[in-house]
Amino acid sequence: MRSEVVEATMRVLQKAETSLPEWVIQLIVNAAERETKNVARSQLHFMLENVRIAMNEGLPLCQDTGLAIFHVEMGRDLILDFDLEEAIADGVRIATAKIPLRPNAVDPLTRKNSQDNTGQGLPDIILDQVSGKGLKITAFPKGAGSENMSLVGMLNPADNPFDFILDAVKDRAANACPPLFLGIGLGGTFDKAARLAKRALFNMPGSSPLEMDLLQRVNSLGIGTMGLGGDTTVLGVKIEMACCHTASLPVAINFQCWAHRSATEVIL
Amino acid sequence: MTHYLLKTPLTEEDVIELAAGDMVLLSGTIYTARDKAHSLMRSKGCPISLEGAALYHCGPLIRKDEVLSAGPTTSSRMARYTEEILRLGVRAIIGKGGLPGEPFRNRSVYLAYPGGCGAAAAKQLKVRAVHLQELGMAESLWELEAENFGPMIVAVDAHGKDMYEEVRRSAKNR
Repeated sequence: MRSEVVEATMRVLQKAETSLPEWVIQLIVNAAERETKNVARSQLHFMLENVRIAMNEGLPLCQDTGLAIFHVEMGRDLILDFDLEEAIADGVRIATAKIPLRPNAVDPLTRKNSQDNTGQGLPDIILDQVSGKGLKITAFPKGAGSENMSLVGMLNPADNPFDFILDAVKDRAANACPPLFLGIGLGGTFDKAARLAKRALFNMPGSSPLEMDLLQRVNSLGIGTMGLGGDTTVLGVKIEMACCHTASLPVAINFQCWAHRSATEVIL
Repeated sequence: MTHYLLKTPLTEEDVIELAAGDMVLLSGTIYTARDKAHSLMRSKGCPISLEGAALYHCGPLIRKDEVLSAGPTTSSRMARYTEEILRLGVRAIIGKGGLPGEPFRNRSVYLAYPGGCGAAAAKQLKVRAVHLQELGMAESLWELEAENFGPMIVAVDAHGKDMYEEVRRSAKNR
């Protein structure tokens, strides 16, 4: 069972790094067809060409192969006789050597690189309990370009959270490799809002009236592909909410670049 | 939008001719440098001549001597070094997301390579040498041979035009 987890970890990382989910590709194709600006349209076509090369040759589509983040759904009745985190870390080490991945994990102060994409606090595993005995793993490698632009705001309840989001997008979108996906965490606490925003990226794409309205407002800004102007600045918006203190209004924005990489495998 | 095929080393005339929005394919030598290489160049000087060079903000994925994936990294992290890098004779900085335009005036350009396109970029690049290898794969100063590297957009030209700034200003007024 342990070796199955190690091997599944390796496979989902390989798939996530060297391809894009079909729904993501389709959104980029649609954006390219709609685009009226030449510079933006040519870059969108080049992005699609890049995905084709990566898939055909098994190459990581972006050199920033990201930090290793996993979403694991585990049945309440499943009993494992090994350390799940250690098994997933072993899978990351093998994937780093085999795919290969760029070694990205460093100590925050000494900046020393572990060379295998693991280390203290890594891989980052977000674990959910579900009913039954199943085990499902999703790889979600996250690059620094979009992660660095992400932020949490502790707003005054009298503030409008959507104004805060639009201002952040105006200042930051160009550096995050647009067209983007926006994971929004609304409410909760300081740290809960950030986790909700990351989970919103797992649960893409959104389609509620609130999400579609925010998507249209961001796209009307004209920031466009790679911040050089164009009709599509975001491909998807997803909002996850939680109740918050009556005196608080936490808002988190997790930026995701156009290469929304993920792959899932059901192990059990 | 004029299309240009350029070769390194780049001359002042080469880059003065370019206007924001033009498209460039670049052949010749390209040097990668990001956070640590810039910091080290500031403290210890540059190990090579960058006269007429194209400097690429990139932390490539390389196996042995093969470039596997090598798209651009976010240039704004290196903004604090722009003036001293351009003073070394660099004629083009390649990256994504842009840099403040003023230092480029009358001497250099900023070229935007499409972000996230590492696999496509790798097909246009070969390893010639590596400098500052002690900094590790992503942070070393790689000397790469480029063939028709692009498509790159002239995002900041030598005449004070900055596409990112124009887009940002227009977005703020909406």
